[in-house]
Amino acid sequence: MNVENRTTKIEVPILARVEGEGALDLEITAGKITKCELRIYEPPRYFEKFLEGREPNEVIDAVARICGICPLAYQAGFSNAYEAAFGVELTPWIYDMRLLMFLGEWIESHYLHTHLLAAPDFLNYRSGIEMAKDYPNEVLRGVRLQHLGNEILKLLGGRSVHPNGMKVGGFYRAPREEEVAALIPKLEAALKDAKDVVEWFSQLPFPDAEVPFKMVSLRHPTEYPVFATEVITSDGETFNINDYDEHFREFHARQSTALHSTTIAGEPILLGPLSRINLNFDRLPPHIQEMANATGIKWPSRNMFHSIIARSIEGYWAIERALEICRNYTYTDKPALEYTPKAANAWGAVEAPRGIQIDHVQLDERGYATAIRISAPTSQNLPCIEANLRSSLETFGLDKPDDELRLHAEMVIRNYDPCISCSAHFLTLNITRQ
Amino acid sequence: MSTPDKLINFAKRPKIAVHKFSSCDGCQLALINDAVSLLELATIVDIVHFAEAGPLDEFAEVDLAIIEGSVNTHHDVHRIEMVRAKAKYVLSVGACALTGGIQALRNFTDEKELRHWQHDVYPEETEVIIEGDLATAKPISAYVKVDFELPGCPINTGQILRAIRQILFGVEPEKNVDPVCTTCKHAGVTCVMVAKNESCLGPVVADGCDAICPKLGRGCYGCYGPAKYANMDAMIAKLKEMGLSDEQIKHKFHHINSQAITFHGVTARTISQ
Repeated sequence: MNVENRTTKIEVPILARVEGEGALDLEITAGKITKCELRIYEPPRYFEKFLEGREPNEVIDAVARICGICPLAYQAGFSNAYEAAFGVELTPWIYDMRLLMFLGEWIESHYLHTHLLAAPDFLNYRSGIEMAKDYPNEVLRGVRLQHLGNEILKLLGGRSVHPNGMKVGGFYRAPREEEVAALIPKLEAALKDAKDVVEWFSQLPFPDAEVPFKMVSLRHPTEYPVFATEVITSDGETFNINDYDEHFREFHARQSTALHSTTIAGEPILLGPLSRINLNFDRLPPHIQEMANATGIKWPSRNMFHSIIARSIEGYWAIERALEICRNYTYTDKPALEYTPKAANAWGAVEAPRGIQIDHVQLDERGYATAIRISAPTSQNLPCIEANLRSSLETFGLDKPDDELRLHAEMVIRNYDPCISCSAHFLTLNITRQ
Repeated sequence: MSTPDKLINFAKRPKIAVHKFSSCDGCQLALINDAVSLLELATIVDIVHFAEAGPLDEFAEVDLAIIEGSVNTHHDVHRIEMVRAKAKYVLSVGACALTGGIQALRNFTDEKELRHWQHDVYPEETEVIIEGDLATAKPISAYVKVDFELPGCPINTGQILRAIRQILFGVEPEKNVDPVCTTCKHAGVTCVMVAKNESCLGPVVADGCDAICPKLGRGCYGCYGPAKYANMDAMIAKLKEMGLSDEQIKHKFHHINSQAITFHGVTARTISQ
């Protein structure tokens, strides 16, 4: 090894403020990144296997445990799959309540991520706790909004982490009208907070991190997508979720216990808030489109750092939509539909806060699972995160000190709000310079 | 040495670390989700390591290490030993840390079946997984000495803040020994088993959640693990009487806390006896 090939190895213990455990291996040779691998080593837990032989509602309770931050994404995805399998057509009441509950998860997850995990990056703090000393009002506002999301989850599920309210065919209990009415003034007050958050974030300094890849989201016939059966891409394709495998390929990469997804041709794909808002801008009500345009960002945007803005706009939309559902609420004594289990194969998909969560069940004649597939948004995004890191670090300047490179890499990764326990946890950054 | 004596020299302003092992992160959220309390907590203790919230110093000397998650890999065996060596006290939180959690369902497989699982889920690079995996997902106490434990899947904010407060006062976190039924009776919740013939594990499961499921009109499924005094024979007899198959009964106990001794022993054989 000659002098030019001298190797410097820097180990950084953990990437903070992501939910998970992993490591980033960077190899820099002659001013170019020659290796960029996100290693994820969350210990495998084998949900797909130990749920074989289980009855439907046991699976709904169990899959919440995949991820403490977005338990409902799994519960809703699997409920959708079972309901498709058994031919259950949800009543408008059940659909609205499912949507309300899931919007609770969007609100909770988006404001937790943007305020405690992401915003400190833009304002140069190491944590939300540290940032709160200088930005107490902003942090408390975000926390208030996050709590409102939790409150919605609690109303319909008894608690916000691993809620217990949802079952195949509907809910175990319908809330009383006064319980739902109690949310209305809180949601009304939250609209102003949420608008202020959008304005605050639009003043943040945004580095450049272009993602040139195919953007993918669900597409709802009439509104912004949360539950839907159609997929749309930035290349103009639309197809049913049942054909997901014809368009994307899931595989296991050596560096990770999380499965990766790409297009069939091997290109990374991007799921999540930025893809959603880009592909569904027309599905936002006009006044929210105006609010989004007033941020000064030209939509569609390919700058991953705009994800924080996308989340705040989605947060505003979610609060407004939740408010509408609450205002129109009437009690029912039939919060769930009966169904007859049968042997079937079915897909279920939802837009989790981080992107499309898509699940597949294969069931025997009792409706018990014989095979299960779980595709979490973070794992589907992994090839995109790696490619995005490669290009944005090169743009940032590889000659910068390792500490600055590390902070920038962390910031790029946090844009994806990686929920690594879905897939896998904790990040070590290894930089090798040659 | 009794616990109060043991805690007598506990630091007035302790250093605290929060560590994650194999888990869903849901128990850490009990602290993060209530950011107001977390900010307040940060004024009375020094949070030196809590990766998800920001502070990083994994192997710093601490007064109290709070542990979430189970141990399922060789790497984590090493890590938990390091964490223990640097901590004066260890507090395990949640079903994964206390009993191995839902992922401990792998402990019922034999070597051949686990290989099959590994191949099925990670078809391309199975060897990497086999190299890292242990045959079992086990609680923290299976590897190191644990001073205090909080059950739950997940634990809740009140529970963890109360436990930290109690430790700061020099007393051991209180244990909830009553079954879920006690809460239902106190709260006047209609018994789902009596009124709706809905199976409910409340008679044998520890309370701590405040009877969330019966309040939603459904049966308890065991998040907080077995109650201290659990009459399993009577519980199993009741479930059979309600028409549940042996397999269904076994699955009820082999779920979130399958490795808790009281539940672990429930097999098709014990049910049919």
